[in-house]
Amino acid sequence: MKELLIIFFTAIITQNVVLSRFMGICPFLGVSNKTKSAVGMGFAVTAVLVLATLVTYPISNLILIPNGLSFLNTIIFILVIASFVQMLEMFLRKFIPPLYSALGIYLPLITTNCAVLGITLINIEDFSTMAQLPHALVNALGAGIGFLMAMVIFSGVRTRLSSKKIPESFKGLPITLVAAAIVAISFMGFSGVIDGIFGAESSGFPFIVG
Amino acid sequence: MSDLFLPIIIVSVIALLFAIFLVIASKTLAVKVDERVEKIREALPGANCGGCGFASCDNYAEAIVNDGAEVNKCRVGGKECSDKICAVMGVEAAAMEDLIAFVRCQGHPETEEQRLNYKGVQSCKAAMSFYGGRLNCTYGCIGIGDCVSACQFDALKIENGIAKVDKNKCTGCLACVDACPKKIIGTVHRDSKYVVACRNHEQGKYTRMNCKVGCIGCKKCENTCEFGAVKVDGFLARIDKEKCVGCGKCIEACPVKCIVKI
Repeated sequence: MKELLIIFFTAIITQNVVLSRFMGICPFLGVSNKTKSAVGMGFAVTAVLVLATLVTYPISNLILIPNGLSFLNTIIFILVIASFVQMLEMFLRKFIPPLYSALGIYLPLITTNCAVLGITLINIEDFSTMAQLPHALVNALGAGIGFLMAMVIFSGVRTRLSSKKIPESFKGLPITLVAAAIVAISFMGFSGVIDGIFGAESSGFPFIVG
Repeated sequence: MSDLFLPIIIVSVIALLFAIFLVIASKTLAVKVDERVEKIREALPGANCGGCGFASCDNYAEAIVNDGAEVNKCRVGGKECSDKICAVMGVEAAAMEDLIAFVRCQGHPETEEQRLNYKGVQSCKAAMSFYGGRLNCTYGCIGIGDCVSACQFDALKIENGIAKVDKNKCTGCLACVDACPKKIIGTVHRDSKYVVACRNHEQGKYTRMNCKVGCIGCKKCENTCEFGAVKVDGFLARIDKEKCVGCGKCIEACPVKCIVKI
């Protein structure tokens, strides 16, 4: 249980998918201008991440790796993720149409969102047996919630930015990227937090890097 | 060979499973799209020019059905298109203004004074930011052709250093009107007969100093017109389409020949 908690908080804070691993920057910059759609996008990515891990982890561990076909990981994972995004799109269109129209073009973009593919691949690397499926799922959930958190924090930053006087040459994307960099630096400040909460031995886990 | 077949089989089987899964999902989660949207979308030309004020033809079709947008906004499709949409929606169309774009300048290099030989970035916007372009006249066509590249219907071309609209090809989406940094492309009714091809509001003396074919506001046309269709306002003649009968007397009267037939 303690292990799962460590994985969960590591994925959210110290190994934040956007701000520490720098994956999924496109929706991070694209959808974060409104808090409402940022929250929607965050939950959509979380859902896709957990569902995709639930399917890809067994496929990889039960079918691909025993047959020595781990080189197929990437292509099969893309297949799985694309299918889940399609399904999510249909689901949102049917049950939450406002969110569907708010996400717009960014929803199909989850398909090519490297955060989703990246986390599923990292899961395969970090955990190796079927017994560790809960670990992988918790890691995926943590990464999704970390993504959601980064989106919400950053949408707040952008709301503040939009009412500020910004030099002409910095308007638009440049100031957004500068702000994103500063938020990412602030996340480096969390680097010792997990050790502090769970004791120094937690850093002995192989999956906690840096 | 099994090294080759196993991966192929595995990928195919997994792909097939997901395909079946998606087909089932698409059936159970299908959303009823209003079929009027699809019909209207078919009636629209699909140029996605944005002339109606919506982002795309799809958006416009949805806006007609869901938000009650007006049916006569598509200038590209014209009357035929709005009639089809009316048939789908079961409403009467309001009269549609059939506008086309018109370049209100004739000042090609031979008739107009040039003050610099611009060789910078080949875009009217860039030239405009460089002392307002090559011509002395503030309202003169720069002639590099931002409007030509904005036109999706191949209706504009640069002739003699100024842009010209092909009346038959112009659909009236008016993308060129926004593209022109000088704002000299205006709109006229497709069936209007004569237009003043100048936009210079300066006093006649100053217009004349810069351009031989600019309207100097001499009021000869206004005095010649028997129907009161031509009015000079702020040193620039203007023709009222409703009153103009097309007699062509103003063309003969104009000393600078800035009234033209379209």
